[in-house]
Amino acid sequence: MNSTWSRFNITSIVLGFAFLYLPIVLLIVFSFNESKLVTVWGGFSTKWYVSLFHNQGLMDATWVTARVGVISATVATVLGTLAAITLTRYTRFRGRVLFSGMVFAPLVMPEVITGLSLLLLFVAVGLDRGFLTVTLAHITFTMCFVAVVVQSRLVSFDRSLEEAAMDLGAPPVKTFFQITLPVILPAIISGWMLAFTLSLDDLVIASFTSGPGATTLPMKIYSQVRLGVTPEINAACTILIAVVAVGVIIASIANKRREVQRQLDEQAAQRG
Amino acid sequence: MTNIAATAAPSPAAAAALPTRLAKRFVDRLVIIVPYLWLLFFFLIPFIIVFKISLSQTAISMPPYTPVLDFRDGVSGFFAGVRELNFDNYTWLTQDALYFNAYVTSLIIAGISTILTLIVGYPIAYGMARAPATIRPTLLMLVILPFWTSFLIRVYAWIGILKPEGLLNQLLLATGLISQPLVILNTYTAIFIGIVYSYLPFMVLPLYSSLEKMDYSLVEAAQDLGCPPTGAFWKITFPLSLPGVVAGCLLVFIPAVGEFVIPDLLGGSQTLMIGKTLWNEFFSNRDWPVSSAVAVILLLVLTVPIMFFQQAQARAQEQGK
Repeated sequence: MNSTWSRFNITSIVLGFAFLYLPIVLLIVFSFNESKLVTVWGGFSTKWYVSLFHNQGLMDATWVTARVGVISATVATVLGTLAAITLTRYTRFRGRVLFSGMVFAPLVMPEVITGLSLLLLFVAVGLDRGFLTVTLAHITFTMCFVAVVVQSRLVSFDRSLEEAAMDLGAPPVKTFFQITLPVILPAIISGWMLAFTLSLDDLVIASFTSGPGATTLPMKIYSQVRLGVTPEINAACTILIAVVAVGVIIASIANKRREVQRQLDEQAAQRG
Repeated sequence: MTNIAATAAPSPAAAAALPTRLAKRFVDRLVIIVPYLWLLFFFLIPFIIVFKISLSQTAISMPPYTPVLDFRDGVSGFFAGVRELNFDNYTWLTQDALYFNAYVTSLIIAGISTILTLIVGYPIAYGMARAPATIRPTLLMLVILPFWTSFLIRVYAWIGILKPEGLLNQLLLATGLISQPLVILNTYTAIFIGIVYSYLPFMVLPLYSSLEKMDYSLVEAAQDLGCPPTGAFWKITFPLSLPGVVAGCLLVFIPAVGEFVIPDLLGGSQTLMIGKTLWNEFFSNRDWPVSSAVAVILLLVLTVPIMFFQQAQARAQEQGK
């Protein structure tokens, strides 16, 4: 295999990754720029980070975003996992086609449509726009991503484990919590993280469904970006990137460790 | 599976299992019903409301439209309402060339961007699939990682690069490749760059997963038989990666048609795309009925690709089993 990894392959990967990472790296570099001009290097400084923490509006928006993210990701994970179980386990029930349609369509649905339709729903039922409506909207569009992630794990799940547990007399709910859940847990965790970052990122749906007092961080960043690029926004973005990157790296290390442990367990089980 | 045997031959053991089975049936129902109702209420019903409001008229009130098809007057009132429905918003959309142009431009831009993303993404996915198995997970994570960082931030990062006095122009001027700064920001070129950049992981991941599964001995066999590498690529590799190509293209094309952030931040005011038109209609003009009509038409335009996408998903799911 090694010999077939040609120079062309290596070049395309290097160029591709440079394309993917260079803009982000530049953004981070210029957040440490002394000069107010974002494209001229004026020396190293962390003053934009200091001024960031004195920007009350930005801090409030961060707090709103974090709360919306945690609540919506948690609810979305529960609903998304149930949807994934429905999709993989119950192949025949009335309205299954409609159900799988409703799970997959939001993945590609343009955000302006989702945002507008949810807003009109909230207005129709007389729900005041604010924290609650943003959270409900985020649950709805992120649960479908959770469903897809969990579903891919469930598809490769060995059902004979569950059947064995049930044959030995374990009730279905207990079987789920003791057998199924531990196996699909990595997928559920990555589903939660995906839902959280999607919620953290969302500008369009939040703009439609949010109201006074529930301005999220992307909305705040967007309103400032429209006025021009500033090092302060670069600093805010850098912090966001750092938070997400650290989270993803920790999760993937934990995942890997669990995977290794599982393989060791399996080997031990086979030997014993 | 075990229950089938139990129902076929009633036995004391089956009688004991009855409460368990009832409990299981109850749990089954609950598992299906909860996400089903949620999606029905927060995904399907909103579309019906959008359609309903697209048939109403703009009014200076809160909410800014006249109520239509209200069930408050009973069934007869509903049918009276049906007769009063007004399709003015749709007539308006067909009469004003702005909307038609916005739809067509969006489809063209999304189409070109999808092809560009495929051209950029294919070599990356191919290189990853041919990489030594030990570093493949790392490469995969490196492709996914930018996807975790904010879409808005990644688009924003390009403003600083593409500006007339931005980093790209500084570099090109310094190396003497150009003598005048290039105008890229606020043009369609900037939108193409933005879409290719933001949606690249969506293209690379499905491509990689179908290329990785491929049996390379087929290519080797073709080459042994005298087929040139490019011929082997087009005759073997590309056709075998077609499911990945289709999935990747749909994942890029459909959201790109309705894209708002990229045309708004990188395209400036001169570029026309339907997502931006809808946004302006809603937020600047406060015309909810017209923006609803724009959304309904956009959805109709996207129905066919979305159906394709769902079929591809369902097929992938079947194969996974």
